[in-house]
Amino acid sequence: MSNVEKMMSTEEKKAVETLLFQLADDDFLFSYCGSEWLGLAPHIEEDVASSSITQDSMGHAAMYYKLLEDLGLGKADDLAHLRPAEERKNSVLTERINGDGYYMDTPQYDWAYTVVRSYFYTQAKRAKINSLKESTFEPLREVAVKASMELYYHVMHWKLWFEQLLSSTEEAKAKMISAIELVVADIGDLFSYGEQKELIERFGLIDSEEKIQNAWLEALRPTFEKLKLDLPIVPEPKLNGRNGQHTDELQAAIDTLSEVYRLDTATNW
Amino acid sequence: MVALIKNSQNLEVWKVLESVKDPEIDTVSIVDLGMVEKVEVEAEQIKVTLLPTFLGCPALEIIRTNTKNAVMGLSFAKNVEVEFIFSPPWTSDRVTENGKKGLKEFGIAAPPRHLEEDGSWHVDCPYCDSTYVTMENIFGPTACRSILYCKSCKTPFEAMKPVSTIM
Repeated sequence: MSNVEKMMSTEEKKAVETLLFQLADDDFLFSYCGSEWLGLAPHIEEDVASSSITQDSMGHAAMYYKLLEDLGLGKADDLAHLRPAEERKNSVLTERINGDGYYMDTPQYDWAYTVVRSYFYTQAKRAKINSLKESTFEPLREVAVKASMELYYHVMHWKLWFEQLLSSTEEAKAKMISAIELVVADIGDLFSYGEQKELIERFGLIDSEEKIQNAWLEALRPTFEKLKLDLPIVPEPKLNGRNGQHTDELQAAIDTLSEVYRLDTATNW
Repeated sequence: MVALIKNSQNLEVWKVLESVKDPEIDTVSIVDLGMVEKVEVEAEQIKVTLLPTFLGCPALEIIRTNTKNAVMGLSFAKNVEVEFIFSPPWTSDRVTENGKKGLKEFGIAAPPRHLEEDGSWHVDCPYCDSTYVTMENIFGPTACRSILYCKSCKTPFEAMKPVSTIM
């Protein structure tokens, strides 16, 4: 690791850090949103499954934060909990609330939204992980191989829900269609590398934005054809999370998820 | 001579690692699970390199502590370091024959080696060996296990999930 680090130019290091923050923050927030379903998922088997996926995703985030720690950016736990919203690089899609209501009170979360967000996000993550297996940055290649094995089960799971609900009752279908609209509206920056796009792509850390987006669409195509749906058109991002632009929902999420950690940052929770 | 001592100390470390069990499955050791990648003995400095099964596994820190304590019990151990690495990745075919036996004894089917083209897989019931089983939930109580049901002996059971680099 330290050898790799020594060989990197300042520009390359900047590119690696930026990409790592994007990957870490994405999985961290996605996992946080998933954790809010604990005890609330539609049935007990799903409770087990989605918590398991959430736990895996948190493991992936932890690994990216650890790589940042190794690069000298600070303690992994601090990076996850203590960075203010405007420094976060996650896509807006991953910070959106699960629905109305508060977890501790009367949550009215939207399962259709969660299925669509999870399926689209996980399939995009698949495209990125596949590409990261060929990254010029060795530690990312290693992480990608490991995460890939777990992701295999996640994609299978969300795809199954997506197909089943869209082949179900009219009510389920209608809910899923409006969830797709909501998710697609936010999906632009999921495929963006933000201001550092040129650097990230130049150093061959991951495929270009366009390539990842195409790989994502191609992965969705068979499912969409089977369900007789039009493939989504990825919009230009209104807010680009990669550049630190976020909604108030992110601030609320950070306040909640870091509440305990902030009580005493020296304790081993 | 020095090399010989080092070699025998290395074996002693491996031996003691067999006493470090999975925190939830006390019939299999971390050696049986294929989690031990490397043991290095350098004078009084011992380093054990482990591979995590799943990345988000909350048992990893317990395993780290248990490993450290077990190795510290050796007379020649002064300094013990336990490190987790991701590469090579842990895959389910690293589970040894002994490990498979230990899992079965605990009521957990060993991870199958063979995957169907559609990604599905099959295991037999660890209790009655029947092949008449159904998958209840590919996700189980821990990241590395799935929940199944045996229609012959009518018992729910778990299987260790197959993971491989082809996924």
